[in-house]
Amino acid sequence: MIPDQNETVKQCGIKTGWEISETESHKLAKILLKYHKKKEDLISLLQEIQEEFGYLPRNVLHALSREIHVPEHEIFGVATFYSQFTFNQPGRHKIRICLGTACHVRGAVGILEELQRNINTKPGSTSKDGEFSLETVMCLGSCALGPIIVMDGDYHGQMTPLKVQRLIEDRQKEAGT
Amino acid sequence: MRLRSLIELEALRQSILQKKDPNKPCISLCSGTGCHASGEKKVQEAFRNELKKRGVDDKVEVKSTGCFGFCQFGPNVVLHPEGTFYHSVRVEQVPDIVEKTVLKGVILEDLLYTDPSTNLKIFHEKDVPFYAKQMRNILGNNGLLEPTNIEDYIGLGGFVALAKVLGEMKPEQVIDVVKKAGLRGRGGAGFPTGLKWETARRSPSYPKYLVCNADEGDPGAYMNRSVLEGNPFSVLEGMIIGAYAIGSAEGFFYVRAEYPLAVKNIILAAKKARERGLLGKNILGSELDFDVKVIKGAGAFVCGEETAMMASIEGKRGMPRPRPPFPAESGIWGKPTNINNVETWANVPLIIRNGVDWYQGIGSKTSKGTKVFSLVGKIKNTGLVEVPMGTSLRTIVFDIGGGIPNGKALKAVQCGGPSGGCIPASHIDVPVDYEGLKELGAMMGSGGLIVMDEDTCMVDMAKYFVSFTQSESCGKCVPCRIGTKRMLEILEQITQGKGINQHIATLESLCATIRDGSLCGLGQTAPNPVLTTLMYFRSEYEAHINEKRCPAKVCKALIHFEIDKDKCTGCQACKVRCPAKAIDGQPKKPHSIDQNLCIKCGVCQQTCPTKASAVMRLDNLSTEAAR
Repeated sequence: MIPDQNETVKQCGIKTGWEISETESHKLAKILLKYHKKKEDLISLLQEIQEEFGYLPRNVLHALSREIHVPEHEIFGVATFYSQFTFNQPGRHKIRICLGTACHVRGAVGILEELQRNINTKPGSTSKDGEFSLETVMCLGSCALGPIIVMDGDYHGQMTPLKVQRLIEDRQKEAGT
Repeated sequence: MRLRSLIELEALRQSILQKKDPNKPCISLCSGTGCHASGEKKVQEAFRNELKKRGVDDKVEVKSTGCFGFCQFGPNVVLHPEGTFYHSVRVEQVPDIVEKTVLKGVILEDLLYTDPSTNLKIFHEKDVPFYAKQMRNILGNNGLLEPTNIEDYIGLGGFVALAKVLGEMKPEQVIDVVKKAGLRGRGGAGFPTGLKWETARRSPSYPKYLVCNADEGDPGAYMNRSVLEGNPFSVLEGMIIGAYAIGSAEGFFYVRAEYPLAVKNIILAAKKARERGLLGKNILGSELDFDVKVIKGAGAFVCGEETAMMASIEGKRGMPRPRPPFPAESGIWGKPTNINNVETWANVPLIIRNGVDWYQGIGSKTSKGTKVFSLVGKIKNTGLVEVPMGTSLRTIVFDIGGGIPNGKALKAVQCGGPSGGCIPASHIDVPVDYEGLKELGAMMGSGGLIVMDEDTCMVDMAKYFVSFTQSESCGKCVPCRIGTKRMLEILEQITQGKGINQHIATLESLCATIRDGSLCGLGQTAPNPVLTTLMYFRSEYEAHINEKRCPAKVCKALIHFEIDKDKCTGCQACKVRCPAKAIDGQPKKPHSIDQNLCIKCGVCQQTCPTKASAVMRLDNLSTEAAR
């Protein structure tokens, strides 16, 4: 079990930064219950962990490796291969921008640049104040509304750089008040 | 209740049909992702509340159905039994619709679709030009049923094909019918489905696996999603028939995680089918055992390739492997595996139910049946279009799609996603089928049609697709991994105005190497967007390289913005909004842009209240001409 392994690490007095807290351990155990702990379930397991934690925390992956008997490097190999997975803690507002072809021909690149300027963040990372995280997706399948961004689950279609400025301003005002 | 025989299924169908009152008013709302993004959920709630408020919620049914396909005008609503079609419905309009149309039968003309060519109002969905020229075999039922309501599906003739197969046909006969019908894989390459099934059936080892490929990774394509979201039982039925024909007991749905609604609906549909005894042991009292598992893809385009998908199902990095052995001989865990696309599976029940002759009568000489396309980009009627194979591109773009918005001219249609090619406007009369598109250097792909107008830069487009394949390349083969990177670098240089004459020749030789030296379809077809744009739009490449000019005024390094001093009113709108503080000028006096500070984002052009007339987007040549 996970706590035992943590104990050993603690007893040796090694600080690895991989220790897993009790709540984290509970969350992981709950996810593991649903699966057979087989290698074929790895992607589904990672998906559930990301859903639960919002990202793939280093220490949880370490614990997962012990539990399902798959070496950590293999877990990382799979997790880095698929673009769905992220290793960064997401911001308070999650922004996803569609860069599908339909959005591209309608000017999605300009929208992305404007977004980056306004929230000071690169795709795949979170702004320093923890307010916004930015993610790019290849096609959300809402091509009629392109260029489109999704902020906290709300779709904002037919975006223009100007609309981006207003949208971010609104969120920043909300945070300020 | 579990159905234990074919007779019980038929009895259930009869009872569903008897219970159904064809005259009961029903409000059908499209709840596909497109309409959902346009606010369908709120409209639906408003309808329910309004009906409740008036105490008629038991007399009028509210149904949220699958995608209607007319995404441009969402949220779409059809009022049965009359079949009145309202588009772009807003929450504020709901009380009016209930009060007048639902209760009194008065039609609200403002909400009807207006035919742009005749300016006439259209009452019924089927008369809208967008629908009139389509043949909606696969998508047709989407608007009539609640996606995860199995009784709706059975009431509309669902599982009739399965009953026929189980009751009257041998597995070999089923394969024979699919073969004779001429069904070809809808995922891209167009391999005959019957042949694939036959190989899998003949393969001696057990167990055998079936896979439904719903990893629709092509950017700008969403037909498979709509089928899974709107009519998941039809795909399931196709797969159960396939299981009977091939002799398989386990199937997988590999669905993109980016399609949460599709994932949800197929899981629910499988659960309902299991409860009814349509999945699991002894399906409908027969010898057939079959069940499915839903797997969420994790966002890798290459997993659409069958060998990569199998690796992904096994929980590994989704990297392709050489063929042979083909999946039909050695697939998932080394066992025979048959992979078909969502649309291919959905075609199977139709063929069984309506017969070979019916299916043979639709489509062109070599490509039979219908094909669903997602028509997107610079087009008036964005949406899903289903037409018989061999329909001309002109019909799809102009008659169904309504042509290009804002009075612009058509430049090209990109077909087949990152593996496909650009078809120039001069070839607009090409019949759209597997062979017709291949001749032009494009390919059917899964059916994404991206329309581009004169404001689209073809070099930029090629760069877009190469950057896509470059980032999605799994890295196994050197030509694909490094070749696409080098291509991208060259295209970037060209679009930045650093192109040299040698670049075109280098691109061409890279294309040949990548095409010939890659293992899987991703690499082999990655050069297509570059090859076709070079073939049909070479002059644009040359303009970028020789004149340092982007004719479509897209490539930022080759354009700049200027303010027309005669038109500028000095309102300061652009100055306030300019993110680079590059605009200077006193109120009520003409402004100017400092070219050294300008980042060419175009915000000034959008903010200009005189609508882009004071701010000009110029390329090098037009500046010289202006001077």
